[in-house]
Amino acid sequence: MYQEICSKYAPDKDNLIYILHEIQNSHPQHYISEEAVQTVAEYLGVPANHIYGVLTFYTMYSTKPRGKNIIRLCESPPCYIKGSENILRKLKTLLDTEVGETTKDGCFTLELCACLGVCGNAPVMMINNDVYGDLTEEKVEEIIEKVRRG
Amino acid sequence: MSLKRIDLLICCGSGCISAGALKIKERFHAVLSEKGLTNEINIIETGCMGPCDYGPVMVIYPEGIFYKKVTPEDVEEIVTEHFMKGRPVQRLMLQDEDKTIAAHKEVPFYQKQVKVALANCGFIDPESLEEYIATGGYEALGTALTQMTPQQAIDVVKESGLRGRGGGGFPTHMKWKMVHDRKEDQKYVICNGDEGDPGAFMDRSLLEGDPHRILEGMMLCAYSIGASQGFFYIRAEYPLAIKRIKQAIEQAREVGLMGKNIFGTDFCFEAEVRTGAGAFVCGEEMALIHSIEGERGNPTPKPPYPAVSGLWGKPTVVNNVETLANLPTIFVKGAKWFSSMGTETSKGTKVFALTGDIKNTGLVEVPMGITLREMIFDVGGGMIGGRDFKAVQLGGPSGGCLTAEHLDVPVDYETLKARGAMMGSGGVIVMDDQKCMVNVAKFFMDFCVDESCGKCPPCRIGLKQMYNILDRITKGEGREGDIEELQRLGETVSKISLCGLGQTAPNPVLSTIRYFRNEYEAHIKDKACHTKVCPDLFHFKIDKSRCIGCSLCSRKCPVNCISGSREDKYTIGQVDCVKCGNCQDVCPVKAIDRIPGVHSDVSAHKEEMLKQKARED
Repeated sequence: MYQEICSKYAPDKDNLIYILHEIQNSHPQHYISEEAVQTVAEYLGVPANHIYGVLTFYTMYSTKPRGKNIIRLCESPPCYIKGSENILRKLKTLLDTEVGETTKDGCFTLELCACLGVCGNAPVMMINNDVYGDLTEEKVEEIIEKVRRG
Repeated sequence: MSLKRIDLLICCGSGCISAGALKIKERFHAVLSEKGLTNEINIIETGCMGPCDYGPVMVIYPEGIFYKKVTPEDVEEIVTEHFMKGRPVQRLMLQDEDKTIAAHKEVPFYQKQVKVALANCGFIDPESLEEYIATGGYEALGTALTQMTPQQAIDVVKESGLRGRGGGGFPTHMKWKMVHDRKEDQKYVICNGDEGDPGAFMDRSLLEGDPHRILEGMMLCAYSIGASQGFFYIRAEYPLAIKRIKQAIEQAREVGLMGKNIFGTDFCFEAEVRTGAGAFVCGEEMALIHSIEGERGNPTPKPPYPAVSGLWGKPTVVNNVETLANLPTIFVKGAKWFSSMGTETSKGTKVFALTGDIKNTGLVEVPMGITLREMIFDVGGGMIGGRDFKAVQLGGPSGGCLTAEHLDVPVDYETLKARGAMMGSGGVIVMDDQKCMVNVAKFFMDFCVDESCGKCPPCRIGLKQMYNILDRITKGEGREGDIEELQRLGETVSKISLCGLGQTAPNPVLSTIRYFRNEYEAHIKDKACHTKVCPDLFHFKIDKSRCIGCSLCSRKCPVNCISGSREDKYTIGQVDCVKCGNCQDVCPVKAIDRIPGVHSDVSAHKEEMLKQKARED
C-alpha cells in the first residue's frame, strides 16, 4: 500500500511532506508506521532518520495509532480568552480521555493545536477537516454525538 | 449564467461555515426547489464578509439587505416572506440600539473601512474566474505585461510605498529589486500563506475569498523580478484555502492566463501549491523555504537572504498573502492613489482581525493611521457587555500589549513599535478588565515554547525558563526578583535568537511588565490575583447574609468541601477547594464571591505541611 502511494509522486525529497500526508490520511488509524517510514526512505533514497526528523518536526503527523476522528481544539490565546478551558474540560469528561489519547472505542483522539484561524468565532475546534465555532458546552455535546453517529 | 430576479450572497468564509453556513445553503436549495423558484434566485457562495460575530450572514440583492445569525429554521420564512412577497424579515436584521438596519452598506461595522485587499471578499463567488474578471481582475497584469518593463513595475510598487503585511513591514519594492538585479536563469516567487499568529485570519480569508487576486498579485511580482515559477505555501490547517487556490490556478491555466506567453508576451509562468504540516515557525521565510524543500522547517542564519540564496539556492521573493492582494489594485488605480492613504511611513490600508472581548469580532480593513479607539470602538463596536477596556494585544505572540492610554495612538508600523507592540500580521486581541495580564503573558509564552523549533538555545531554553517563572508566579510561588529575571532573560532571548520567532517571543511578557507591573507585583508580593483568574491566587467565599441555605452548591461540589445547613448557612472548606467554580455557577441568589488572595486557612495549611516535611527530613 505504501509503495503504491509513493509511486504517485516523483522520487524527489521535496515530495516528502505530501507523501507523508497521504500515507497518514489513508491509514484507518491516521498514523505513520515504522514500515511506512522504511518504504518512503527507500523510495526517496534518503536515510530513515531523515524521514523521522521531518515527521516528528510537524505537529500534524503522528507515529502512534489514533482514533477514527481527530479532534483538534485550539488552545491559542483568542480561544482561551473566550473560554476554551471549559470546552477542554467538557471534552475530557465527555470522551473520558486525556489530551493526546484515544477513546476506548477508538472513535476519537483528542488533541490540542495552535491557532486555526477562525478566531472571530472562538472558541473553535476542528474534527477531521470540519471547523466548529462559537463552541459552548452544550454545543460540544451535540457535535460529538453527531460525529459519533457518523 | 442567466439573469435572475434575486442574488442571494451567503458568506461561506470559514467563520460562517463554522457557525453553520453550509447547512443554510443546503436548506435554501431545498426550499427553493420545493417552491419552484430555482430559476428566479441565484445562490452565490462568497468569501468572508467580515463580521464573523454576526455569522452566518448573508446579503440579498438587488436591495442589498443584510441578515445576520441566520439559522436553517429561518430559511423558509426568508423565502416565503422576502423572496415571494417582497417583505424583508425584520427580525433577522441588525439592531443598533433601537434602530433596525436593513442595508448592508449601512451596517456601522463597515463605516470606517476602506476595502482594497478585501474589495472582492464577500462580494464575488471565489470559485468563478468570470466574476473576478468582471470586477476588473487581471487588468493590472495585462497592463503591466504589455505596457511596462519589469523595472517600471517595481517603480510603481516603490512609489506606492507598499510594505510587507506579514509582520516585518519591509518595503516590498526593495525585496523585488534585489531579486530583479540578480543575474540568474531561475528565480522563484513564494506566497507565504503559513498564517499562524493566534488571532490573525486575514490570509485565510483572502485565499478563500478572492484566490485570483492573490494569483494575479503573485504574477505581477514574478514579472517584475523575472521569475517563471511560483509557489503558494499554505498551512495544512486551511483545506478550503488550498482547494480554492488550486482551482484558481487551473482556471487561469485553462484560459491562458497561466502557462506560456501570457497576454501574447514573452512572460511564462507556472504556479503550484505546497502545504505545511503544522509548524508555526514555517511562517519565517527561511524555515518556509526548507519546508518546501521537504526538510524540517528550521530557520537558518541570514544572510544569505532569500533574495540571494532562497529556494534550492536560487534568488527568491517571499511575499505575504495580503501584500500580494494589494498589488492588482495598486496597478489599476495607481501608486498615487494608494499612497494618498495612510501615514508618512505606512501607506495604504491594512487588514486587521478583531478578536477577544469585543462586540464585532471579524475582519476589517482600515486606512493606516487610524487610531486604536476608532478601530476598537467605532468599527469593533466596543466591549462586550459594556465592560471596561483593559488592554489590546497587537501582533500576536510576537507583538505586545497596549493599554487605554494608547487608544489615541495612530496605527502604523513605527508608532506601534515605539510603544512596545508591533503591527505583526494584524491580529488584534481585545481584553476587558476581567483578564489577568500575567496569565495572558504566560499563555503567549506557552504558545512560543510549544512552537519553538528547538534549533537555537536562547529560544529553546530561554523561553522555557521564562515560562517556568511565569507559571510559578501565577501559582503563588513568585519570588522577589522574578520580574527583573524575566526582563533580563527576555532581553537576552530577543537579542541572540536566530529567527524572528525567538527575537519577538519575549515581547508579550516585556510589554505586560512595562504597562502592568503592579499586577506582577500583586501576584508575587501579595499572592493575589485581583482579576480573580489565577486559581491559586483567589478563593471563593459564601456570603452568609445572602445565602438561603438551599444546599445546591454543596451538592454540586466535586470534592465535597462545602458543608452547612439551612439554619447555619453554608461554608467552603478552603483547604480542599479545587476552584472549579461550580458553586458560584449554580448559586441561585449569587451569594458566592471570588475574593483575591490566598485564604488564611490555605496558607496556614501550606506552612504546616512544610514544617511537617522538614520534621520528616
